[in-house]
Amino acid sequence: MSDTALTTPQGAPLFHLADEHEHAEGGSTALGFWIYLMSDCLIFAILFATFGVLGGSYAAGPSPKDLFDLPLVALNTSMLLLSSITYGFAMLAMQRGRTGQVQAWLAVTALFGLAFLSIELYEFAHMIHEGATPQRSAFLSSFFTLVGTHGLHVTFGLIWLVTLMVQVKKRGLIAANQRRLSCLSMFWHFLDVIWIGVFTFVYLMGMLR
Amino acid sequence: MSSTADAAPAATHQHGHDHDHADHPQGTLKSYTIGFVLSVILTAIPFWLVMSGALPTQITAITIIGFAVAQILVHMICFLHMNMKSEGGWSMMALLFTLILVVIALSGSLWVMYHLNTNMMPGHDMSQMP
Repeated sequence: MSDTALTTPQGAPLFHLADEHEHAEGGSTALGFWIYLMSDCLIFAILFATFGVLGGSYAAGPSPKDLFDLPLVALNTSMLLLSSITYGFAMLAMQRGRTGQVQAWLAVTALFGLAFLSIELYEFAHMIHEGATPQRSAFLSSFFTLVGTHGLHVTFGLIWLVTLMVQVKKRGLIAANQRRLSCLSMFWHFLDVIWIGVFTFVYLMGMLR
Repeated sequence: MSSTADAAPAATHQHGHDHDHADHPQGTLKSYTIGFVLSVILTAIPFWLVMSGALPTQITAITIIGFAVAQILVHMICFLHMNMKSEGGWSMMALLFTLILVVIALSGSLWVMYHLNTNMMPGHDMSQMP
């Protein structure tokens, strides 16, 4: 074993390879961001578990059947799904290096994202107006926490998206901006994946309870 | 982010791009379109099932969970471009590890809290416990 141990020419033990190959700047960003998304996934898992436990505790208050408007939720879902595909088109335009098309598709994505948030805020306002506030029952506390956390993520995604549109406008599709757009792409599609869980387990299953 | 790195010559960027091309799979128009069409179908059917009440409640519940799992897989593959090879397999490793934690957290919480709920019901006769 000692024959194969790494040593310097002077005979001192060598603990790392001196000629480690160069890592391109940002080469590990995608994996790092993916690991962040996985930790975010755990936050949502806990919120889903909380909703799963408390989702049936109405405290003699309104139940999902009294509150949820499925056509509205379907409209909301389609907004988020459309924003996902338009972000995909922005990424395709980025691969071809078309700055104008990237900006246009990002703007369309932002509009769909804004529509999603507006519908969600309208739904929340409507529920609160009817007295279904987060304080009303454990079901409503966990509902507003889970759906609100998702909405907050979409809000920050929108702020990030507008920031990147300004960045691309000022500096074009440089390598750093391409990397940032790829990260936001992962974030945006990840939020759509979480929304699949929300509309299935909160809204659709809620109507079946 | 230093401005010198941002203003790096296109040649070096091109090199870096070629280097990690295999590591970061990129979407194609085909993959995005397939993903979108499948997602629309996999979203529309559960909504229709619940809104029309075409099937018994129990079967509807199981079916829509199945559709949700299928749609999450479609999103992972078509939109997030997950595969076994990206980042040398570490993305998949992180995903699998997270999935294990998610399953433990979800099933553990529901299981424990369900039994706690049942056993703490007012008027529950503890002498009947084994």
